[in-house]
Amino acid sequence: MWKWLHPYAEPQRAYQLAGKFIPWLSILATLMLLTGTIWGMVFSPTDYQQGDSYRIIFVHVPAASMSMSAYIGMAIAAFIGLVWQIKLADWMAASIAPVGAVITFIALVTGSTWGKPMWGTWWVWDARLTSELVLLFLYLGVISLYASFEDKVLAARAAGILAIVGVINIPIIKYSVDWWNSLHQGSIKMTGKTAMPPDMLVPLVINILGFGVMIAALSLVRFRAEILARNGMRPWVRELAQAEGVK
Amino acid sequence: MQAQFQSVADFFHMGGYAFYVWLSYGIAYGSLGILIGFCITRKSRVLKEIAAKVQREERLAQHRSNKQ
Repeated sequence: MWKWLHPYAEPQRAYQLAGKFIPWLSILATLMLLTGTIWGMVFSPTDYQQGDSYRIIFVHVPAASMSMSAYIGMAIAAFIGLVWQIKLADWMAASIAPVGAVITFIALVTGSTWGKPMWGTWWVWDARLTSELVLLFLYLGVISLYASFEDKVLAARAAGILAIVGVINIPIIKYSVDWWNSLHQGSIKMTGKTAMPPDMLVPLVINILGFGVMIAALSLVRFRAEILARNGMRPWVRELAQAEGVK
Repeated sequence: MQAQFQSVADFFHMGGYAFYVWLSYGIAYGSLGILIGFCITRKSRVLKEIAAKVQREERLAQHRSNKQ
């Protein structure tokens, strides 16, 4: 039943398939981020408590929530690579890691520049902030482990185990604001009396999805380059290298 | 839907939070730009490396056949 999938496990096919998706994903991500950001920055109402400083939310929350989703995606790819020894999955995990690290960095920095005017401090060592910082270190750990071994099968195994073990951090980040007292505000309410109004919520959701699509597009771009790097001995890659690499 | 700011200057002023808002957006989209740049150029860097390797191998093969 699933046999039609088999050809795509071949590096060259995966390379071509990824190439077909990238332009569409890039266009979609650009449109979503433009819509969400302009809507949020210009048209969303000013917050009655935080004034216009709250507009940082339209980059902070998408980055923070997608830094976790990207991590789960990376861990799933690493798990598939580890258990079924599918190299493409290993390469996918390795491709997501640097993108996720930058997104996590953005979540931390935008959180900090929002914390300063609202809390009076750039940083506090509370559960939410610390666990998000741990997420950044997990990403950096995965990147460095994968880069540390010349043998990429071994490298992917080492990095993959770290990625999978690190998943424990995700629920800790997500529920940290409920489990511990924190300066950080609680999760956004979609329904009920304290629900976020649609004029703020809709552009926020558009940006969250836009960040997700952008991460997918960038990971696929890296994934293609990773396929080439790992298949340098294959004739089709060598042909491509001689056609495009000699300049 | 209605714009929340009276003028462009008012928009950039961000209700007095200009420094924090634009700092966060600047760093966020700046680092995204750098990331996108690195992601896009990686393919050509990899291909250049492979091409150099192929050429090196060819030179070595040439060298060996010259000796005989």
